[in-house]
Amino acid sequence: MIVLDRAKKVFAQGKPNEFIALHETSLVIEADRLTVIRGPSGSGKTTLLSLVGCMARPTSGRIHVLGREITSLPERFLTEIRRKTFGFIFQQFNLIPGLTALENVILPAYPTGERRSELEKRAAALFDLFGLASKSKSRIEWLSGGEAQRVTIARALINDPAVVIADEPTAHLDSKLSREFMATMGRLRGEGRTVLIASHDPLVYDHPAVERVFHIRDGRIDGAGP
Amino acid sequence: MASGIERQKNVLDFTLSSLLRRKGKNLALLAVYTLLVFLMASVMLATSAIRKEASLVLKEAPEMVVQRTVAGRQDPIPLAYLEKIRDIAGVISSDGRYWGYYYDPVVGANYTLLVPRDEMPEPGTIIIGPGIAAARLAMAGDTLEFKTQLGGILELVVDGVLARDSELVASDLVLVSASDFQAIFGPSNGLATDLVVRVANPRELSTIAEKIAARLPDTRIILREEMLRTYDAVFSWRGGILALLLFGVVLAFVIISWDKASGLSQEERREIGILKAVGWETSDVILMKFWEGAVVSVSAFLLGVVLAYIHVFFFSARLFAPVLKGWAVLYPQFRLVPFIDASQLTALFFLTVVPYAVATIIPSWRASVTDPDAVMKGL
Amino acid sequence: MTKRTRVFGLFGLVLLALLGVMAAHAALARRASGPALRERALLVRRLELTDLCLSTEANYTRHLSLADFHTAFQDHPLALEHFPSGSLLGPPPHLRRSHGQRD
Repeated sequence: MIVLDRAKKVFAQGKPNEFIALHETSLVIEADRLTVIRGPSGSGKTTLLSLVGCMARPTSGRIHVLGREITSLPERFLTEIRRKTFGFIFQQFNLIPGLTALENVILPAYPTGERRSELEKRAAALFDLFGLASKSKSRIEWLSGGEAQRVTIARALINDPAVVIADEPTAHLDSKLSREFMATMGRLRGEGRTVLIASHDPLVYDHPAVERVFHIRDGRIDGAGP
Repeated sequence: MASGIERQKNVLDFTLSSLLRRKGKNLALLAVYTLLVFLMASVMLATSAIRKEASLVLKEAPEMVVQRTVAGRQDPIPLAYLEKIRDIAGVISSDGRYWGYYYDPVVGANYTLLVPRDEMPEPGTIIIGPGIAAARLAMAGDTLEFKTQLGGILELVVDGVLARDSELVASDLVLVSASDFQAIFGPSNGLATDLVVRVANPRELSTIAEKIAARLPDTRIILREEMLRTYDAVFSWRGGILALLLFGVVLAFVIISWDKASGLSQEERREIGILKAVGWETSDVILMKFWEGAVVSVSAFLLGVVLAYIHVFFFSARLFAPVLKGWAVLYPQFRLVPFIDASQLTALFFLTVVPYAVATIIPSWRASVTDPDAVMKGL
Repeated sequence: MTKRTRVFGLFGLVLLALLGVMAAHAALARRASGPALRERALLVRRLELTDLCLSTEANYTRHLSLADFHTAFQDHPLALEHFPSGSLLGPPPHLRRSHGQRD
């Protein structure tokens, strides 16, 4: 469902500090699977996720999402695909301070022009799902780490995406919360979504819900594991 | 389109929350911005009102005034000159005007003494302007003393005070009889202060003026249209100190906008990155930045203009009056009629709102077109 | 609509309303000032006045249109400008044009 065809990403090309983040990679992320990209920091996991999630364009090669070639799409369409198809959970949460949890969650949907009341309803349902109903009107500065994490998951789901992508999601979580997180990811997979996680945390890649693991090192996919 | 409006409302809401997050800084910005608009708008409103007043009221000024200059100074003009003027074709009549300045040491004020051609006051009486009445706390029946040229004191009784509404033209006038005028300033000796000329055909004014200048080379002629144009030019905000003031204000605007345009803070950059990452297009980000600029600048503009209007027309431009007053003791209250020049206010709108809105958008441009993968890197 | 947007919307509407009130007031005041303006114009005609009385500081700020280039320093050659109002009010434009033609 997501196909990388000899995709390569080079930063600062031609300059003295040229850096190849991802060497020519051909990869297939299967639909309806929970896939983990496993590798140490600096291995190119984040770059790979950026390319898969339409956040960046490859320096060379092609990427296909749901059968559609996205590498040559203009920015507007790319953003639309990103908004509709993908839901991101960032390592650093990347929530906007000063806004409430509710406002943070519905933020990705602002450009769609949907009625605010509709958006708030959807967000409320998600809050219920994650046990955050009482915190919806709180500012995110007042939330605990685990609560903030759940807000980012809710935000990723507000546009009902087919693919959920998480970058080192357990970096700031304790073991209990990490396990809870993986359980949630398993649930999402059960709903028919595709889940893609980049992590070097054993609690993630050794979790029973994981169906596919790719190893990455120095910008190269080593091999596929079970 | 309903969805279009919803999008605007949502983006606006985000913009407001963004502004409120730095409440102190943004309120200070709004205050400064409003002050600048207030100053500019006050000057514009006051000057356009004065210009309009002059154009309406000085329409009735004498068609032509003839002055005499001697050794580079304005000097009384011989009445004998009237003969040379009266026989020019097209001249209906020509007469001398008798007026002069009187310094009153009691209050340290300058008056303009004038002998009216018709309805001259009775000798021993004067009619005073409302400014004098206020400065000397004088009213009908009171006596004012005038020093005469010979060193004596002449007491004149106030017969009446000109209406307060006449302030803008007659604040400092003292209407005296011809005999009292001569008692104060000395005998006329066949001289007048200057001459007025009335012509049959207004279109011939220039030609007649040239003829007079040719016949009387030591004279200087001022036409009514030149009097009108004086006020138009002097109170045009494109000239003189007013232009300097405006320049200072525009400079302040540029500085504020420059501060905005010179770059985004790290926080703002991160915010834009997050927005892009969660699915906002470049156009959405630009829209937000536009609202950010517009909210501040349009609010400041409306507030500044309304306050300026109140200042100029309800408080007689009290902040500027001292500049025109200078060291004078007597000056009119600028109770101006609100003649508003809409084109000036529109120009002010574009001068203030547009640059700021643009200055808010420009630095965001680069950040908003960058791929959001920078956010993924945790930058 | 959030409370925030509502408050701001109200603020904007109030300002626009004030602007409207201002325009209306100006129109009404203009209409009401007719008689006073006429009275001033009449006085100008009757007394053969040439200037508005805006400043009584110096003769060239009191009678703007009658001032000449020399008027400012005919009091003292070096006292070119010592009145604040003189700095503000420049010389009339006709000086620059007619000078030489009729002097």
